[in-house]
Amino acid sequence: MILVLVEVSPAGEAVETSREAVTFARDLSAAGGGVPIDAVVVGEPDDALVKTLATYGVRRIHALTGAAYDAYSGAAWAAGLMAVREKAGSVVVMAAGTSRGNEVLAHVGARTGLPMAANAISFHGLSPFTVTRQVVGGAALEEMQLAQRPAIFSVAGHAVEAKPADAPADGELVLETPEVADADLVARVVSTDEPEPDLSGALKSARVVVGAGRGAGSADGFDDLLELADLLEAPLGVSRVVTSLGWRPHHEQVGQTGSRISPDLYIPCGISGAIQHWAGCSSAKAILAINNDPDAPMVTKATHAVIGDLHEIIPAINAEIRRRRGA
Amino acid sequence: MVSPLVCVKRVVDSSSEVVLTEDAQGVDGRFAGFTMSAHEECAVELAVQVAAAEGGQAAVMTLGDADAVEQLRAALAVGCTSATHVVADSQGFGPADVAREIAAVVRDHEAAGTPHQLVLLGNDAADSGDFQVGIRLAYELGWPVVNGVSNVSVADGEVTASGSGPDGHETFRLPLPAVVTVLEGGVQPRYPTVPGRMKAKKAPVEERQPVATPAGPSRLRLVLPPPSASSVQVLGKGPEAAPAVVDLFEQLGVLP
Repeated sequence: MILVLVEVSPAGEAVETSREAVTFARDLSAAGGGVPIDAVVVGEPDDALVKTLATYGVRRIHALTGAAYDAYSGAAWAAGLMAVREKAGSVVVMAAGTSRGNEVLAHVGARTGLPMAANAISFHGLSPFTVTRQVVGGAALEEMQLAQRPAIFSVAGHAVEAKPADAPADGELVLETPEVADADLVARVVSTDEPEPDLSGALKSARVVVGAGRGAGSADGFDDLLELADLLEAPLGVSRVVTSLGWRPHHEQVGQTGSRISPDLYIPCGISGAIQHWAGCSSAKAILAINNDPDAPMVTKATHAVIGDLHEIIPAINAEIRRRRGA
Repeated sequence: MVSPLVCVKRVVDSSSEVVLTEDAQGVDGRFAGFTMSAHEECAVELAVQVAAAEGGQAAVMTLGDADAVEQLRAALAVGCTSATHVVADSQGFGPADVAREIAAVVRDHEAAGTPHQLVLLGNDAADSGDFQVGIRLAYELGWPVVNGVSNVSVADGEVTASGSGPDGHETFRLPLPAVVTVLEGGVQPRYPTVPGRMKAKKAPVEERQPVATPAGPSRLRLVLPPPSASSVQVLGKGPEAAPAVVDLFEQLGVLP
């Protein structure tokens, strides 16, 4: 059996990266001759979530309930996941490669003394079981063997597209209340504040992102870019150098140590396209690079480009949008 | 008084092209240069801040070949006051091996009368991206661990750590001793001063050997993704390209 930790949004829905992980699990299941897929969620899911997971081919949804799971603790989630795993006898324990997913699986790896592979993008070979995962921010790939059971790995965001199964499963709900040791509750969330408006969540879910790099020139060089973002109803995403220089806040950073985005269109302006930045935006469906340098990596990797000074080009684009709107 | 230990790793500066070593077991940094991970730069800053606030001293350690002393001196130049170098080829060490070596340093320092009540690490290394050394270290030591936070402070025997979570800004509070892994973004690493650099050059570094033979990572090999041929469509040069750009917006259906 394959056990997938599924993260649930505050609205009670399975987050996209978890649905991607279940889709990945289905490919693994098929390669293994139809190994059943179970999911673990924290908290009691509503009927809609159970139905959604069933459409993704999940046979059984184990819901971790009880006071031990009221506030997040990576150790407690791992304890619950392992309790379900021991009862159900899964050969694979996996999650989405989010901060939660990687953290909980690392706890599972430490408790079992087994290796854990973070951010897998594919598997090839079941015996011995081998995954390929992203390293160096996706600039290199590692083939990693997970020969012992359970095989523990997370799935990199957007490594696969989340798709419902051709044949839905029944989706049986099982409420579980595994005991959690006091020691596993020591490091738990004591308070959660409302996110500030336009934190990185807006970046990760945006259809369009306007990007800005060193080419903005200074902290005062963002006015036209922000106007374009406003006209496109898009958030601003920036390169690391922009946050390092203090021009924009860190939550706007796109890249290996910032947000990883997958918009329909990314418009990087004055961004050369260092590997660390590319790690955060390579999942964009289309990229329109605006740059002085026609040989910059961001330009050569883009789908579309305009060559020139962003401070001349962006105002012209803004004016053209306003003109077509008759404003 | 709290004297944190911060763990750093010498990694290849991957801002340019990534080249693999001949045995495909690592990234060749001979031409690109080396640095420490961005998350670790912030962990160093937080360690220095905690030590200053608590009247303690921040120690730094690394596991790596002889050249890794460069990253130790970078941390010494910005406020760490002692350094430990486990001299070994880090390529042969998996996350569990590294965690065991850090735990051995923590125990030995405690036995020598310089305990570290708090160990700070980067959330993940820029090269291996394992996401697990801090957690495996916590299990080695039997300490609680918080992962991926951007702010850390210590008061009254407790560490308060906070960072961005999926539902908002999350705060954790846990008793010392503890392990905390740090994500970039909560603090701005300071630049070294000239006196800081000079002092760091001369500072003694404790050298030691690994306490155990590493079992190694579960790596078979590294490979580079296939290069994709450029298929960029240049819409034009300068502001004259604006109509073509807006045409593209309309074509993609992204104009509200």
